[in-house]
Amino acid sequence: MTTLHHGETGTPVDVHDPKLTRFDIVKEGLRRDDIEIVTYESQFQGPNSKAEKRMVRSISLLFLISGLFGLAFLVFYIVWPWKFEMGETRSDYYTPILGVSLGISLFALGIAILAWAKKLLPHELSIQQRHGDPSSDDERLITGQTMMYVADELGVQRRPLLKGAIALGMAPLGLAAAAPLVGGLIQNPHRDAEPMMYHTGFDPVTNGGKLVRLSREDGSPIRPEDISAGGQLTVYPGIPGGATNKYADSPTLLIRLRDDDAATARAAAEGDKNGRNKGSMWGNFVAYSKICTHAGCPASLYEQQTNRLLCPCHQSQFNIVDNAQPIFGPATRRLPMLPLSVDDEGFFVATSDFKDTVGPDFWERP
Amino acid sequence: MKRRKLDPAEATANFAKGVDDRFQAATPLRGLLNKVFPDHWSFLLGEIALFSFIVLLLSGVFLTLFFDPSMQEVAYDGSYLALRGTEMSSAYASSLHLSFEVRGGLFMRQMHHWAALLFMASIVVHMARVFFTGAFRKPREINWVIGVLLFLLGFFAGFTGYSLPDDGLSGTGLRIASAIMLSLPVIGTWLSAAIFGGEYPGELIIGRFYIAHVLLIPGILLALISVHLGIVFKQKHTQWPGPMRTNENVVGERMFPRYAMKQGGFFMAVFGVIAFMAGMFQINPIWNFGPYRAAEVSSASQPDWYVMFMDGLVRLMPNWQIYFGNYSLPPLFWPAVVGLGALFTLPMAYPWLEARKLKDTRSHHLLQRPRDNPERVGIGMMALAFFLVATLSGGNDVIADKFHISLNAMTWAGRIGLLILPPLAYYISVRICLGLQQHDREVLAHGVETGIIKRLPNGQFVEIHQPLGPVDEHGHPIPLEYRGWVVPKKMNKIGALAPAVKGFFYPVEKPAEAPVSPAPITSSKREEISSKR
Repeated sequence: MTTLHHGETGTPVDVHDPKLTRFDIVKEGLRRDDIEIVTYESQFQGPNSKAEKRMVRSISLLFLISGLFGLAFLVFYIVWPWKFEMGETRSDYYTPILGVSLGISLFALGIAILAWAKKLLPHELSIQQRHGDPSSDDERLITGQTMMYVADELGVQRRPLLKGAIALGMAPLGLAAAAPLVGGLIQNPHRDAEPMMYHTGFDPVTNGGKLVRLSREDGSPIRPEDISAGGQLTVYPGIPGGATNKYADSPTLLIRLRDDDAATARAAAEGDKNGRNKGSMWGNFVAYSKICTHAGCPASLYEQQTNRLLCPCHQSQFNIVDNAQPIFGPATRRLPMLPLSVDDEGFFVATSDFKDTVGPDFWERP
Repeated sequence: MKRRKLDPAEATANFAKGVDDRFQAATPLRGLLNKVFPDHWSFLLGEIALFSFIVLLLSGVFLTLFFDPSMQEVAYDGSYLALRGTEMSSAYASSLHLSFEVRGGLFMRQMHHWAALLFMASIVVHMARVFFTGAFRKPREINWVIGVLLFLLGFFAGFTGYSLPDDGLSGTGLRIASAIMLSLPVIGTWLSAAIFGGEYPGELIIGRFYIAHVLLIPGILLALISVHLGIVFKQKHTQWPGPMRTNENVVGERMFPRYAMKQGGFFMAVFGVIAFMAGMFQINPIWNFGPYRAAEVSSASQPDWYVMFMDGLVRLMPNWQIYFGNYSLPPLFWPAVVGLGALFTLPMAYPWLEARKLKDTRSHHLLQRPRDNPERVGIGMMALAFFLVATLSGGNDVIADKFHISLNAMTWAGRIGLLILPPLAYYISVRICLGLQQHDREVLAHGVETGIIKRLPNGQFVEIHQPLGPVDEHGHPIPLEYRGWVVPKKMNKIGALAPAVKGFFYPVEKPAEAPVSPAPITSSKREEISSKR
């Protein structure tokens, strides 16, 4: 059908005809939009029916409830003691009161509007044609030819020199535009004399060349007798800021093994295949990096009975009497061992930095 | 001089004329007022996501007024005594300040978090609806792709968001994110150094995540949501098959007033539920986690639920490291990089893969009941089973703890479940779909079981069936064609009995609408069922 409006059907009416009702004019609009109203009927028997009045009362009540709780929200927001105090105080109820009052207010408003739409307005069933057909072949052809014409006008095809020049001219400019955006972010992770990936706070370099003491979180050094057999302690490099996130790869677990476990652990460390853990234990003490070799969480759950360290993030488990080799979970690499000794004042020191790389694995790790 | 009386009706008309003179608005506005929308409860799931997003924008703006995205170390001196004097980042201190010393601040923070969880949940449910009913088919493939992108962006919005408070839990998440970057071959260390501004954690990441979380990601989200809705509007909504409904029309109600009012009411109801949850249910109590310390973590460190599937996959991955001479590929790479990539690209490609397999080039505006495409349902259930096992494995330490199961057993159960359950879900759901199809055809051929048992003269018992359509001269029903819509299977669905419970699930005014496939039952009078023979 070819008419002015797309696919419109039916006979047009003169909208200026004074005899038309408002609904007649609406229907003319629907006709022009290709919509047919199949049913449109009130949900009630007649005007002012009992059922309608009841429904209007219910909806009004919902609006009033909404207003009441909205007001309650406002009042509580202003007068209820809101400042947090430790212990059981009235301020503990501030957030729940806000939630309940605002929640009920908004929910009642929502239900009121929904009930108004669903219960009061007439039921209707309308059909609109989709007109989802693609453009006609003529239209497609014309648009396609227009685009080709634009390309012809530019004449890039006919002028190969221009084509080459554009490619050579634009590419560097494009890269130049991207470079300052990306370039500022790029940092060479291997540039420093002590590359960050292979270097922790226990490296004597951080301490002016002197051996680094093991210390508690508050910075105090540790003597062997501070830990009982089977005990463990998280230790940090004894340098300024050693326990802060600046040295996020340095936290270490210092464990005092029982005699028989220590013998097993020492045998394993001395028999280490690549020899890195040889001589790293001191007495019955062994220290492993706390940073999991899988994803970098602190592998901090120490199971004394089974001599395992468990990382709570992904449940990698390490055997502390066997060079902290992984025995379960997604980790592939053992936890690095910190070589221990005790200085002349009787405090623990690291004789060098970790010999294995600390932290999650990566492509170029040696 | 006498002033002319202002006639409000005339003033409005003049204003409308003025608008139309300038913008030619009358015709398009009428089209908008008259636009017909089909209605079904399942079409509202996406709206929950939209409404949650609006709540996210509103509450998020409030939070920015108090949050300080800085990693400067300060000593806490706020009213939460348990942490007083503790060294922490300004970001964490300002989050605590927001929770304790800003009037209604905790309420807004919890509203933001709950709205985010609801946003992601409604996206998942909405995507399941679109997938299982075939609403992604031509011409709506692009909108499906945008939907998948919205989930991906929501994932990153959520991750950057819960990293911001810089508490113990979010720092752990950042640590794992850094490890995932490091696991990339060749560029891993460079990427991590670029994003963290050097070695993890550095002092820049909170500021960078902040701008991503409050500007870049929401900007893209807003743009994509606008396009998503614009395409729905342009292509018109899909509809279920049914009487009068064809592939060429839309059967429903006009946008104004009823449909728009229902939308507005639904928004307020969703908003109300979020507000209620924000007040009543604690979420992310950051003061319990303490500031982030590289050496500290507690068990049961779970990310938000929509990130848990990835954490679960990382937990289940065996420790298979691949070595290339001096270089190596950590196992973390497979679940976190390849897995996440595949989980987003495969769904994006699905509409074209299915169309190619079915050699289907037509446009579809009528939805399919899931049972009518068993293979699609099977694939969808397979994906959901995979997601479910992965998500549960993300909390397998909590399950192991609460149910006293060995942690290693949970890991192995997850590993085996991840391989076994998806194919099983595929098989079972395909069989269920085929069974439902068969039952539909059976009822269409023989009629509805009445529950009336008749004894024949030869002693045989038969059940009487109520034909749904005309019968032949012997009284046998003429088999009806399946029309892709609900087939009534019980006598009270075709008007034998009124609904038993009136009021809540069924409208009080009128009995439940009779499903109308294959033909509407027009008789309003109810007849007693009797054996006609």
